[in-house]
Amino acid sequence: MIKVRIPTPLRSMTGGKGEVESTGGTIQELIDNLDSSHPGLKDRLCDERGEVRRFINIYVNEEDIRFLTGKHTPLKDGDEVSIVPAIAGGSL
Amino acid sequence: MAKMQALNCRECGKEYPTEALHVCELCFGPLEVKYNYTEIKQAISRASIEAGPRSLWRYSALLPIEGTPTVGIHAGFTPLVRANNLGAFLGLDELYIKNDCVNHPTLSFKDRVVAVALTRARELGYETAACASTGNLANSVAAHAAQAGMQCYVFIPGDLETAKVLGNLIYRPKVIEVEGTYDDVNRLCSEIAAERRWAFVNVNIRPYYAEGSKTLAFETVEQLGWQAPDHVVVPMASGSLLTKIWKGLNELHTVGLIGPVSTKVNGAQAEGCSPIATAFKQGRDFFKPVKPNTIAKSLAIGNPADGYYALKTAMESGGQMETVTDEEIVEGIKLLAQTEGIFTETAGGVTIGVLQKLVKQGIIKKEDVTVAYITGNGLKTQEAVVDSVGRPIRIPPSLVKFEQMFG
Repeated sequence: MIKVRIPTPLRSMTGGKGEVESTGGTIQELIDNLDSSHPGLKDRLCDERGEVRRFINIYVNEEDIRFLTGKHTPLKDGDEVSIVPAIAGGSL
Repeated sequence: MAKMQALNCRECGKEYPTEALHVCELCFGPLEVKYNYTEIKQAISRASIEAGPRSLWRYSALLPIEGTPTVGIHAGFTPLVRANNLGAFLGLDELYIKNDCVNHPTLSFKDRVVAVALTRARELGYETAACASTGNLANSVAAHAAQAGMQCYVFIPGDLETAKVLGNLIYRPKVIEVEGTYDDVNRLCSEIAAERRWAFVNVNIRPYYAEGSKTLAFETVEQLGWQAPDHVVVPMASGSLLTKIWKGLNELHTVGLIGPVSTKVNGAQAEGCSPIATAFKQGRDFFKPVKPNTIAKSLAIGNPADGYYALKTAMESGGQMETVTDEEIVEGIKLLAQTEGIFTETAGGVTIGVLQKLVKQGIIKKEDVTVAYITGNGLKTQEAVVDSVGRPIRIPPSLVKFEQMFG
């Protein structure tokens, strides 16, 4: 099982839950499985080409998947995945 | 039809009304003001701008407000200084300093973005101004809110320079010092912004706020005699300023005031906080957030909101990105002061240090018309140079003693 942390704006799709469990050998499979149990979630996370949206950050055990192998990043039992929208704030 | 048509998601294009919104609810991309350029083009001319006020509001046709400006009436239109001495030192024929050290009223380029943000915030009915800041923004929000009679809350990290903290308190806003870095402050402010009906200039008012930076490009072009420079050097924290200077240059072309723009937009960061420049050098279009460790506190944003667009801008325009060490920042501050008589803060030291590197690397050439953006005032970051400028020569009030020393 893989633990997935869901950000507040997407919790309407997980029945209000901030953490769900799912399975998958890669991030891509995990997203597909999440979409089966929570229909519509994939559309929010991925663009029409199936790529993870630019302002969605996905972390596997605290490491950004962009610095791993993106949506092909392998997952194993017990991994923790966080989905975090990049907050558009900042100063200069 | 109004000149502002909508807010548009920069990523997926979804349209929103021109309200206090900043993130796309569908894809989490940032929102940006969409203008009716056809209409603006008909209303604007070089002559109409030149006849306008001596402030950034001479470009109000290209700024996101509906009525007349009510906050920050005197912001902008700062000197573009022909830097002959620094140019000669570096080997450049035509170097200019855009000197926002002397912006009104709080001595940094933030007076531009705050003028636009709070004018818009009042149009949207807000009575409380707020911001997350590395210092200069808080100073500007606090001053403008005082003048506009707005309630004010400014949020700053716990390690700011004394002058920047004092430069808030004097206007009597609520100053909230958050234990942590700017990135912690920013995250907290995003959460507070969701709970209160406050105009957080760089959170929920951000699409309007950020547009104010375009005026640095507009003024530069006008002050160069309606000509875009060959190179600009711009300091980067969130990366917003750099992207908006590029946008401003291109808008002037879109509305027919100048020809096609071939300006190369170069970005400058401090080595101790260089997520954008590091990604650029590695050829990536994404960056890794960092924990900042630099004397350039106004640039100490480890998770830059516009980092992706800054990378895209530098690549699109053919510009470069470079970094400088803390020692090079201090040298840069001193060099600008001792050649041009302009005392900038640490961010300006970053800009001058990077300018110097780009010239040495042959990226900026002798004959290139070059503009370096100096965005803040050195009197606010005295800690950075206090140990490296020497001491006064102390003498008794005696002519003899004076002649002994200097005869």
